[in-house]
Amino acid sequence: MTIQSQIKTLKIDGRDVGARADETILEVARENNIFIPTLCNVDGLTPIGACRMCLVEIKGSNRLLPACVTHVQEGMEVITNSERLLTYRRLILELIFSERNHNCAVCVSNGHCELQALAQKIGMTHVHFPYLFPHLKVDASNLRFVIDHNRCILCTRCVRVCDEIEGAHTWDVMGRGIDARVITDLNQEWGTSETCTSCSKCVHICPTGALFEKGKSVTEMAKRQQFLAYLTLMRSKKS
Amino acid sequence: MSKPTLATLWLDGCSGCHMSFLDIDEQIITLAEKADIVYCPLIDVKTFPEMVDITLVEGAVGNKELWEKIYHVRQHTKILVSLGDCAVTGNVPSMRNPFGVHPTLERAYLEEGNLFPQIPSEIVPPLLSYVRPVHEVVKVDVFVPGCPPPAEAILFVLSELLEGRLPEIGEKSRFGR
Repeated sequence: MTIQSQIKTLKIDGRDVGARADETILEVARENNIFIPTLCNVDGLTPIGACRMCLVEIKGSNRLLPACVTHVQEGMEVITNSERLLTYRRLILELIFSERNHNCAVCVSNGHCELQALAQKIGMTHVHFPYLFPHLKVDASNLRFVIDHNRCILCTRCVRVCDEIEGAHTWDVMGRGIDARVITDLNQEWGTSETCTSCSKCVHICPTGALFEKGKSVTEMAKRQQFLAYLTLMRSKKS
Repeated sequence: MSKPTLATLWLDGCSGCHMSFLDIDEQIITLAEKADIVYCPLIDVKTFPEMVDITLVEGAVGNKELWEKIYHVRQHTKILVSLGDCAVTGNVPSMRNPFGVHPTLERAYLEEGNLFPQIPSEIVPPLLSYVRPVHEVVKVDVFVPGCPPPAEAILFVLSELLEGRLPEIGEKSRFGR
């Protein structure tokens, strides 16, 4: 295969763009400053298409596809901002808000939260669905950190960073649908986990206030995510 | 021609949104030139007028009295504005929802009470089983999130409505704050 054939040309929102064959639509869009919202995606972790915020339309397909896990193809025509997509994205975001107790005003991550910021960015001023108000646990058994399931959006960034970067795989997901929860080890209190190294990668990669450091009060939990890009870079140099 | 009328309502909330409204400072004079404030917790009118052009609602709907009140106000208001996170999402008042009414009352009046701990049975209106945002009870026309929405956002919303436009909040406010 020649280098030439590994370069694909496609259209995003009517613009001609070039991409490597192994790139996803999201990567190409970002390179070209085309905004596609994401929540579960983060550079340096395997994309999984869980949050569905990055859904795009592709000409010739009646299905909407997640841009973070869809690879480019020659001649592909992608639409990222149709009226239909904007509506679906807002509805998905509203469903996330209605599913658990996201009280921004009293959240440790108020002002630093990707969910809150995205709601503002895409103009979601209220939730059309009835709130579920589930009774969820807060596990503060770890010496340094807390997991508040009220704020979790099941993006599984914590699961992936713990497995792929730290190599501990303390986090996982248990249950299905509305009952799904992130768990530590064999669904036990975080403080009793034998695999957790207390590295705090999960805390800082978490997009909301679901994972936070003890002692942080409302608005105080700003996340520091630079470590991931740094580690990814250093590890790629080594190999 | 008479001026448009403006009302503000205080449901299950902390009055922070009203305080933020007052933070428009001297611009309230300009506002008073454009509209008549006919009903508000801060003025001495007890009954809601027959018809009001714009009503700002602060707070969630948490008890029977507020439920009846918001129904009444909706019927007598042309444009109803959910002002602040409690009205828009339920926010802090709704944090009792996962626990249920009785555990909440027990916690507040029995566990924390001293001298003669008892759950009130008269005068205090009965709590609804769930605290609800306003739009889950009656139709809402404009939503202004924020805890509280900043004064500039409230002034912007009112100015737009008084000019006959539906305001786009955009970057002016957000959930939390």
